[in-house]
Amino acid sequence: MPRIILDNSVVDDNWQLITESEQADVDISQLAEGNYLVPLSVWNSLVAELTTPPANIGLWLASTELPEQIQGSISEIPVLAIDFPAFADGRGFSIGRLLRERYGYKGQLRAIGKPIRDQLSYLVRCGFNAFDLAEHYDPEEALTSLKDFSDNYQGSVDQPIPLFRRRS
Amino acid sequence: MYRYDSIDQQIVDDRVAQFRDQTQRYLAGEIAEEEFLPLRLQNGLYVQRLAPMLRVCVPYGMLDTKQVRMLAHIARKYDKGYAHVTTRQNIQYNWPALEDVPDILADLASVEMHAIQTSGNCIRNFTADPFAGVALDEVMDPRPYCEVMRQWATFHPEFAFLPRKFKMAVCGSKSDRAAILVHDIGMALTTNDAGEIGFEVFVGGGLGRTPVIASLINSFVPEKDILTYLEAILRVYNLSGNRENKYKARIKILVRAMGAEAFAERVDQEWKHLKGSESTLTAEEIERMKSYFPTPDYREVASTADTEIESLRSEHQAFDRWLTRNTRDHRQPGYVSILLSLKPVGVPPGDVTAEQLDAIADLADKYSLGEVRTTHEQNMVLADVAKDQLFELWQDCKKLGFASPTIGTLNDMICCPGGDFCSLANAKSIPVAEALQRKFDDLDYLYDLGDLSLNISGCMNACGHHHVGHVGVLGVDKKGEEWYQIQLGGDQGKNASLAKVLGPSFSRDEVPEIIEKLLNHFVDNRIEGESFLEAYRRIGHDSFKAAAYA
Repeated sequence: MPRIILDNSVVDDNWQLITESEQADVDISQLAEGNYLVPLSVWNSLVAELTTPPANIGLWLASTELPEQIQGSISEIPVLAIDFPAFADGRGFSIGRLLRERYGYKGQLRAIGKPIRDQLSYLVRCGFNAFDLAEHYDPEEALTSLKDFSDNYQGSVDQPIPLFRRRS
Repeated sequence: MYRYDSIDQQIVDDRVAQFRDQTQRYLAGEIAEEEFLPLRLQNGLYVQRLAPMLRVCVPYGMLDTKQVRMLAHIARKYDKGYAHVTTRQNIQYNWPALEDVPDILADLASVEMHAIQTSGNCIRNFTADPFAGVALDEVMDPRPYCEVMRQWATFHPEFAFLPRKFKMAVCGSKSDRAAILVHDIGMALTTNDAGEIGFEVFVGGGLGRTPVIASLINSFVPEKDILTYLEAILRVYNLSGNRENKYKARIKILVRAMGAEAFAERVDQEWKHLKGSESTLTAEEIERMKSYFPTPDYREVASTADTEIESLRSEHQAFDRWLTRNTRDHRQPGYVSILLSLKPVGVPPGDVTAEQLDAIADLADKYSLGEVRTTHEQNMVLADVAKDQLFELWQDCKKLGFASPTIGTLNDMICCPGGDFCSLANAKSIPVAEALQRKFDDLDYLYDLGDLSLNISGCMNACGHHHVGHVGVLGVDKKGEEWYQIQLGGDQGKNASLAKVLGPSFSRDEVPEIIEKLLNHFVDNRIEGESFLEAYRRIGHDSFKAAAYA
């Protein structure tokens, strides 16, 4: 079973990604068993049909898709993943912050695609709490990169109060 | 100047440890080349033609003498004994070894310095007026605000992987000496009718292969809101900037595609959500930052100093020339600012040896309250010099090679490292600068020409700012050979303009004689008191073009 980082530890993960190309062949009735992350278009059509999709279905956003395009109640989504098609594509950092800060999303926010170990501290600060790193990174070893910095200047999701308001 | 507290120090120390670990993992083959690339770039490390190049951050150009001595130490210990002042007020080393860089960063951290975000697709160093705090025409000292912004930009988690690099500059005076209109964001400090402090914000300027003058998108952002406003701009850019084509990825392309007005509206929509948040500056924080830049404890300078200077001037022509070109008026009676020229003939513009750096630190301790500034024209400034010490300082400068009385003349060229060092360059730039300096070495002639900026870039990335030189020289590649395009009529400052290409390019040998033809055309046609740029604007491009190709 694949292993991901979730809330500062490494766990087994059973959420399966349905990609854009697979979606045409997928029928919702086939997704009854197991846990699936579906593309935005599938998610939105499920919402249109069912209002609230079942709890074993989550959503993944491409780096070109914005939270405002998500239909239905964002807070009900069990797992929301954001794709980093290349690790240097930094749109996901803004999308993560928007989901947490503007849309109040409290569920699992996962970075998928090709995020790298050395982005972990930035990702956490943008609200991500789950990380499916590029294959060649050992998630156990990568955990140390979560603690690269002891403090930060800006307000962010994990510490909304900027340093200048916390200096004595 | 700003001093780190224990938290600032810890953050920089954490960064050194992080990069030490990253470098070890890279050398052990655990990080792929393309993944290490942005990590090293965001620590200032390029891989260049001959060796890595390390760019050290000099926040808004301010250095104390302890830092200058450390820069000298690094040049000696890890490099070939010299350093280079860049057009964004930073310091570059051309010969460090990759495996030494973590140690260099640790040495820098020991004097409150770093190389954070001096390269890569992130927010770069904030630049400002090298005469901040002392200039006669200053409205507001930009440095406290630059420091606020520096801290905000340092490891900003959302903006470390932007579509492209992002440069900002802040100006606090009537004339703009920070070239704010050719930055991704340029800010000018101002006050509104109620007397409150704020910023005019210009977006989408830049040089490079598509030079653009920035557009005003907000004429008054209150000081307390500046961070949330910047955050709104950066978010719009991060989400909407072009990521497919690196040549179309700068914010100037986005602003131009959307139109400045539509872009401003998008920013406002985003800002609505951010304005008033915890990131809004507090009066205490602004005061805290201002307290680091107090008016120094100037001493009383005897009023006889002026008459003494006048009599020394009449005795020593060289001193007179140096005073005329290399000093600037100061707001404190009895004081002036002086420019240390880093443009002696035969030395690449902006290069400075370790011994000279140590000597500059000594000069600053002796004459200028222990502080030094770098300028984007690649010189250095001693900002606070008492007039009764000027003659002595001039003699010291002469001995040390900083007294070329050519600031602001043709010979005070801006020049990128070019094909001698840079892997992007199409052509060499340093030999062109040297040939021009040698041809036009007569001081009386240079003074007669008056203020004239000549900027040289070795490729269209425009590190030598050729688009905003009164005369710009651009190295181009034609079938593997180095050629040079000449442009005229550029200017920086509040009325910035972009230079226009003269015509077909020239060989390197031809450049000095073509420049000479252009200068002769100016001298023959100017009217009394007219500068090169004024004459160019009056007579017109075609007239100069005809003279060049005659």
